[in-house]
Amino acid sequence: MPILTRNRNNRKRLDPYLLLLFFFVACLVLWLGAILCSLPMGVPGLGKEVASLQQRSGVQSPVTAVLLNFRGYDTFLEVLVLLLAVIGVWSMTLAPFPSGEVEKSPVQLGVVRLLTPLMVLVGAYLVWQGSHLAGGAFQGGAVLGGAGVLLLVAELPWLRSVPSLPLRIALLAGPLVFFSVALYCLLRQGKFLAYPQDTAGAFLLIIETACALSIGVTLASLFAGGRPDDDLPETGTPSDPQGGRTE
Amino acid sequence: MNLIISLFDIVLVITLLWLAWSMLSTEDIFKAVVLFISFGLLMALAWVRMRAPDVALAEAALGTGLTGPLFFSALRRMERLRQDERRLDTSEDRDADTDSEQE
Amino acid sequence: MITNFLYSFCGLFVFFMGFFALIACSHPLRKILAVNVMSTGVFLILVAGAYRPASVGDIDPVPHAMVLTGIVVSVSVTALALILACRVQETSNLSLLRPKSINGREESED
Repeated sequence: MPILTRNRNNRKRLDPYLLLLFFFVACLVLWLGAILCSLPMGVPGLGKEVASLQQRSGVQSPVTAVLLNFRGYDTFLEVLVLLLAVIGVWSMTLAPFPSGEVEKSPVQLGVVRLLTPLMVLVGAYLVWQGSHLAGGAFQGGAVLGGAGVLLLVAELPWLRSVPSLPLRIALLAGPLVFFSVALYCLLRQGKFLAYPQDTAGAFLLIIETACALSIGVTLASLFAGGRPDDDLPETGTPSDPQGGRTE
Repeated sequence: MNLIISLFDIVLVITLLWLAWSMLSTEDIFKAVVLFISFGLLMALAWVRMRAPDVALAEAALGTGLTGPLFFSALRRMERLRQDERRLDTSEDRDADTDSEQE
Repeated sequence: MITNFLYSFCGLFVFFMGFFALIACSHPLRKILAVNVMSTGVFLILVAGAYRPASVGDIDPVPHAMVLTGIVVSVSVTALALILACRVQETSNLSLLRPKSINGREESED
């Protein structure tokens, strides 16, 4: 897209509407820039409060403490958003796996064979590291999802016949574990997601592990772009050339 | 030391803005996605500079490592579609031509 | 202080570049790309506001956690939007093509 100009009759011309939009956006930039300038930068945030409550959260990393303990609600809903995205994608199409056998280069297969276990290891390490350093369920889950993407890009033939039931269980593991821990806290402490102080670390690790697994599977199935083959068959569009697999 | 860091800041900000501009103004969508990936990687550098290593890890793994392939696969899906469409279009044009000739 | 403003304004400009492209571009992939750029700008403003030099003290981790949440949500939204865009193209092609070809056949039969 050539910004501000539109090619008409082989001649670049200034588009009046785009120019108008440009001025509108420039006014917005000035306005918001003035607001940004008037913001009090450098005020002490919630860093001190978080640091004072760090001991009670069960982990050493402040971000993980905020993410899973102090603002656990947020993260729980976020995991649900991921689940919702997969539900949306699965309800639209079947995964478009290639129909024919493709000749794969030995280099690619070797790379997949070497990198996939390594990525799973790194993902698990990031989850473990999340309790005291940078890392956590989302980063570890993203690396696991990356391993899934690597397998999907290599178009290994067995991926097509991955059954949908274990996939569904893996997708649900994170939200279910999170929710059951929250319910347990509700029964024990009388508050939703208020972990008992002595076992908070263990609870957070359990939640993180389950969520990382779920996030990894979620991201990989988002990349696959549809539900697996043995799920509900596609009906209603008999001669859909691209929906689902082209046979 | 301070001078070096502020120089680094300025270069990083200018590069980020330039990458965003060229990503959004390039004609080729494939090129735009590649520029988006490099934009995300530089963004991870900016997160590290902002002392936010968690965000940097998430940006590098999620924002770049997964969004880029997602865009590429969508692009491939759409291009495959466009090829089919072109094939159908040309055959249909031929049909339309014969129709108009008959009329 | 200066660093906060520098990165905040970088985020502001990146946000509005994305905003402009979101309106000006017509291709759905470009629109989704522009939304991603906009979200990155917002994250940059949030994190730049929380930055403190190492000599001053601790960093507020709450914006970091929020940005982390935002990145994950933006990835899932992007994936859903891309699949939607693909489906829109597929189905709109079909609905454009099929009635025409049927009509053409009918006319030629007539």
